[in-house]
Amino acid sequence: MSTPGHPAAVAAVALVVLATVLVGGFGLRISRTTSDFYVASRTVRPRLNAAAISGEYLSAASFLGIAGLVLVHGPDMLWYPVGYTAGYLVLLVFVAAPLRRSGAYTLPDFAEGRLESQQVRRLVSVFVVGAGWVYLVPQLQGAGLTLKILTGAPGWLGDVLVASVVVVAVAAGGMRSITFVQVFQYWLKLTALLVPAVFLVLAWQGDGRPRVSFEEQISVFRADHPLYATYGLIVATFLGTMGLPHVVVRFYTSPNGRDARRTTVAVLALVGLFYLLPPVYGALGRLYAPELMHGGDADAAVLLLPARVIGGLGGDLLGALLAGGAFAAFLSTASGLTMAVAGVITQDVLPSRGVRHFRLATVLAIAVPLAGSLVISRVPVADAVGMAFAVSASSFCPLLVLGIWWRRLTPPGAIAGLLLGGGSALLSVAITVSGAVRPPGWPHALLAWPAVWSVPVGFLAMILVSLATPGRVPPGTNAAMTRFHLPEALTSGRGR
Amino acid sequence: MSAESTPRREVVTGEPRRVRPLPRYRAQSEIDEQTALGGAYVRSLMRSQLRAGLTAFAVLALVAGTLPLVFEALHSNALVWAVLGFTTYPPLTLAAWWYVRRAERNEHDFARLVEGRPAP
Repeated sequence: MSTPGHPAAVAAVALVVLATVLVGGFGLRISRTTSDFYVASRTVRPRLNAAAISGEYLSAASFLGIAGLVLVHGPDMLWYPVGYTAGYLVLLVFVAAPLRRSGAYTLPDFAEGRLESQQVRRLVSVFVVGAGWVYLVPQLQGAGLTLKILTGAPGWLGDVLVASVVVVAVAAGGMRSITFVQVFQYWLKLTALLVPAVFLVLAWQGDGRPRVSFEEQISVFRADHPLYATYGLIVATFLGTMGLPHVVVRFYTSPNGRDARRTTVAVLALVGLFYLLPPVYGALGRLYAPELMHGGDADAAVLLLPARVIGGLGGDLLGALLAGGAFAAFLSTASGLTMAVAGVITQDVLPSRGVRHFRLATVLAIAVPLAGSLVISRVPVADAVGMAFAVSASSFCPLLVLGIWWRRLTPPGAIAGLLLGGGSALLSVAITVSGAVRPPGWPHALLAWPAVWSVPVGFLAMILVSLATPGRVPPGTNAAMTRFHLPEALTSGRGR
Repeated sequence: MSAESTPRREVVTGEPRRVRPLPRYRAQSEIDEQTALGGAYVRSLMRSQLRAGLTAFAVLALVAGTLPLVFEALHSNALVWAVLGFTTYPPLTLAAWWYVRRAERNEHDFARLVEGRPAP
C-alpha cells in the first residue's frame, strides 16, 4: 500500500489487543458462576449496558466501511448509518421489553419458549449460526486489510490474529468480561474516530476549505436501479437489527423489561453520536485520497487520511489511534458474535452443556468464518454486513414481531416463514457472493438487496400457514403473552 | 470421559424460582389464573402498547419511505448530506424517548387498573 507502516500504529494495535485480553482477564476473576459467565447475572444497568451494546454493534462496517462507501458512491450511502441506527428504534417499539420479559437468552430459546417446538428451535439455531457467520467474515477480512496496510503483513495474518484474540477473550471470561470489554471499546472507538477527525477538519480549513465534489460517480455496483438498492438497504437495516444474535443476547443482561427499553434509548443516542463521524472521513477521502475510488480498497480511506492530510509525526500518531480504534471494532463485534454463536452451538449442537463445552464451541464458532474469510474474495465490508442484516430481517424479524404480538402464530407457520423468507434471503446472498449473477440488470439487484421482497415473503408465509393450521396454536400461548407484556411488578413470583 | 451413569450436567441460566406470594389484588389473580377476565386485562395492555409502537413505527416508515423519492426528485447532494449525515439522529432518539414515556405510562395505568386504584 501507499503508506508504509509506522511503528506507532503497530504499537497501538498491540495495545488494544493487550487491553482486550487484560480487561477480559479481569472479568475472569469476577466471573464466578455460570450465570455470570453467560448473562452477567442479569445485573447490567441501562447506561453500562447501552455502552456495551453500542461497543459491540459498531463494527468494521461502521468504522471503516461507511467512509469507504461514501468515498466511492457518494452521500446516498449515508443510508447505511441511518439504517443501523433506526433499526434500534424498530427494535425498541416492537421487541425490547417483551423479549427481555420472555426470559430467552438466545433466539432459539425464544422460539422454543413461545412455540413449544423443538423443530422450530433447531431451525432458528441454524439461522443464528448462519447469520452470525455471514457477519463474522467481513470483520475478519477488515482486520486482515488493516494489518496489511499498516505493516505490509500478508492479508491472512490480521484475520488469524483477531480470531485468536476473540477465542482467548470469550472463552476465558464469558459475558461478564465481555460487558467490560465492550464498554471500554465503545469509548475507545469514539475517541479514535473523533480526535483525528478534529485535526483533519482543521487541516482542511488550513488548506482553504477546498470543495468536495461528488459529481464523478462510479457506481459500478449500483449503476442500475439505485433507488431499489436504497429501499433494499432501508428495509434490511431497519428490520434486521432486532434479530442480530449478538444484540439479542445483550438484552437478556438487562435486569427487567423497563430497563431494556431505557437501554435502547441510550443505545440510539450513543450510536447516533458515533455515526456523525464516518461521513466526515468519506468526504475528506474523496478530496485527499481520490485514487481509492478506482482501486479496490476504499475501506482503507479512514486509515490513510491522517498521513495524507497532516503527515509527519502528527499524522503517524493519529493514524495509529485510528488503527487501534479499527482493531477495537473488529474485536468487539467479532467477540460478541462469537459469544452468541458459541452459545447456540453449546446448547443445540454439542451433546453436553457446561463451561468447558462452551470453550470448545467458541473455537468452532470462529473457525468456520475464519476459513471463509481466507477463501471468499473481498466484498466491501459494509455491503457484506448489509447481507447479514437482510437475512436477519427476513427470518428473525417476522418470528419476533409475530411471536410477540400475534396469538395465532403456529410452529408450522414459523417454519414456513423462516424457510421461505430467511432461506431465500440466505440463498440470494450466497449467489451474490459466489458471483454467479453479475451486474448490471435486475436479477443482480434483486439478489444483492433481497430484503424488499424476502421480508414480505417471510411475513406472509408465517401468517398464511399459521392461519391454515389453527389446530397447532401452542397451548401455552396465552401464558406466554401475559409473561411478555405484563410489567415485572405485576407478575407474582418474580423479584424486584 | 466419565462413566455413563453420571447424570448429565445442566446449565441453569433461568432466574431462581421464588415462592409465589399470594396475589394481592383480585384482578391480579384473574390474570395469574388465566381466566377470561384476566385475558381481557392482558389484551387491553397489549393493545395500548401495540398502538404506541405502531404510531412510532408509522412515522418512521413514512419518513424513511418518502425521503429517497424526495432525494431522487431534487438531485441535491448537499441536501442528502445535511439530512442523512447530521439531522436524522436527534429525531430518532427523541422518537425513542417519546415511545418509552408512552409505554411506561401505559404500564403505570395498567398497574393502577389491576390494583383497583382510581384514576387521578
